[in-house]
Amino acid sequence: MLSASDLEAIWLTFKVATTVTVILLLIGTPIAWWLARTRSRLKGPISAIVALPLVLPPTVLGFYLLIAMGPNGFIGQLTQELGIGTLPFTFWGLIVASVFYSLPFVVQPIQNAIEAIGERPLEVAATLRAGSWDRFFTVVLPLAKPGFITAAILGFTHTVGEFGVVLMIGGNIPGQTRVVSVQIYDHVEALEYDQAHKLAAIMIIFSFVVLLSLYSFQRKNTLWGAK
Amino acid sequence: MPTNKIVGENTEQGLHAKFHLQHPTSRFALNVDLTLPDNGVTAIFGQSGSGKTTLLRCIAGLEKAQQGHFVMKGETWQSDSFFLATHKRPLGYVFQEPSLFPHLTAKGNLDYAIKRSGIPLPADLYDQVIDLMGIESILKNNSQQLSGGEKQRVAIARALLIQPKLLLMDEPLASLDNARKQEILPYLEKLKSTLNTPILYVSHSVEEVMRLADHVVLMEDGEVATQGQVEEVFSQLTSPLLFNNNTGVIWQGQIVEQDEKWHLSKVSCAGSDLWIRNNGDSIGQQVRVRILATDVSLTLTRHEDSSILNRLSVTVLDIVADKDPAMALVRLQTEKNTLIARLTYLSVDHLALVAGKVLWAQIKSVALVR
Repeated sequence: MLSASDLEAIWLTFKVATTVTVILLLIGTPIAWWLARTRSRLKGPISAIVALPLVLPPTVLGFYLLIAMGPNGFIGQLTQELGIGTLPFTFWGLIVASVFYSLPFVVQPIQNAIEAIGERPLEVAATLRAGSWDRFFTVVLPLAKPGFITAAILGFTHTVGEFGVVLMIGGNIPGQTRVVSVQIYDHVEALEYDQAHKLAAIMIIFSFVVLLSLYSFQRKNTLWGAK
Repeated sequence: MPTNKIVGENTEQGLHAKFHLQHPTSRFALNVDLTLPDNGVTAIFGQSGSGKTTLLRCIAGLEKAQQGHFVMKGETWQSDSFFLATHKRPLGYVFQEPSLFPHLTAKGNLDYAIKRSGIPLPADLYDQVIDLMGIESILKNNSQQLSGGEKQRVAIARALLIQPKLLLMDEPLASLDNARKQEILPYLEKLKSTLNTPILYVSHSVEEVMRLADHVVLMEDGEVATQGQVEEVFSQLTSPLLFNNNTGVIWQGQIVEQDEKWHLSKVSCAGSDLWIRNNGDSIGQQVRVRILATDVSLTLTRHEDSSILNRLSVTVLDIVADKDPAMALVRLQTEKNTLIARLTYLSVDHLALVAGKVLWAQIKSVALVR
């Protein structure tokens, strides 16, 4: 009932969202850690930059990323130096753009969770001979686990739901950058409402189920928010 | 201090702590330069806000003083050019509120320490600590299910199982209600007599200090007001903290005789004998007694015809004004101890008390603190 190109778009969306989520957890965690614990004056500006994608139209973000990753942009020059060409209209270009776009959705829940833990458990661990990595893996990670799960779910679903940035950076290349949201747009443009309906319904059900499980998970969890 | 059996700097013994810390946002400053014994329990005593906890945190490396110096038994933990991270200091720390890791069981919390202590766990130490703290039956429980008192006992056990060379305790009983305090105090007393680890014990409770401490550091406004052996510090009247309704002295003694018929024990305290209620102690046992200033009265002659059991010949040392303008605190010298009596100025005048006068002290009650 779904066409081959629909399935391809779904698979690509899944691949993009998974890759972006993994990258975001890796780079979002140190940013969240720093924001949660720093007393630096840079905390305000950095928080604002991280939160920018929440308020900016995706086209603005996409526009600047397009320029930066283009042949004359600083990211573009770097990638050319490295011999990987330019990123716009490629799978990895889409990944880079999505990482920026979904960053606040991952950083903020982790930051809140780390702030909720407070200083004390880390001090306790330090008096029990745990070094900083040890403290992170044996105290922060387990205590902030609900925050990390929330972050991963929000990062994943937000990436699945993006459209504007994809159009600006990725364009519409089957198997490379044509994700479900773009595919729906294409179907509507071509007046293929039946197929648009199917994909759109899948998106709604997927998003609803994910958010429903997220909220019931948060309610069940007493460690996060309650402390 | 004459009775301060400690040694100068640059030796392999004692703890040397010197810290200067200016709090960035408040006016609080810590300014201490201390030499402490490396055995027994040293109480860091003072009102809240006097800097006790900050001092302990500086020693642990949890707080970084602008200028700091800490040497323990010849091992430097901090100097002008060197700062040993907290997790590399061989210490144990018990926080004011029971700070178990909530995601681990009681046993999981203990294992956390055992795994990281860096010293193989002696076969009997584990059982000894579990037994000492009485936590055998709650080991499998999730730490969130435990009561405050149980949590704190597990936290103390955890600090012991790291096998510290120095145990730091920050008001471990302050967050507990009185019943829980009475529940844990005996464990701490046992701990003190079983372990050789020196303990620094922060407290604002006179009762805890008198029961547990050998040595006392009195803190006021971020500075050390006085320090010395517990008997010595409590027989001074130099600090307002030391004279309130609880003003009194502590004597160390030994039970030398028991009277079966009247259920009394005789305690010999450096030449002064006192009769106290028999609490089931045995002859030869070391005890610590407390005599409140309000329980001491003075007579010019020895009154055999009174209900008071304990009468001692004393010499007046000095007379200090109490906070109450009607009352005076009179310091008295017994054989080798100091005694304090709280009297009205009328009585001081009536008895014509002056330094050097010899008379009799009647002691209405003597409390056995340990």
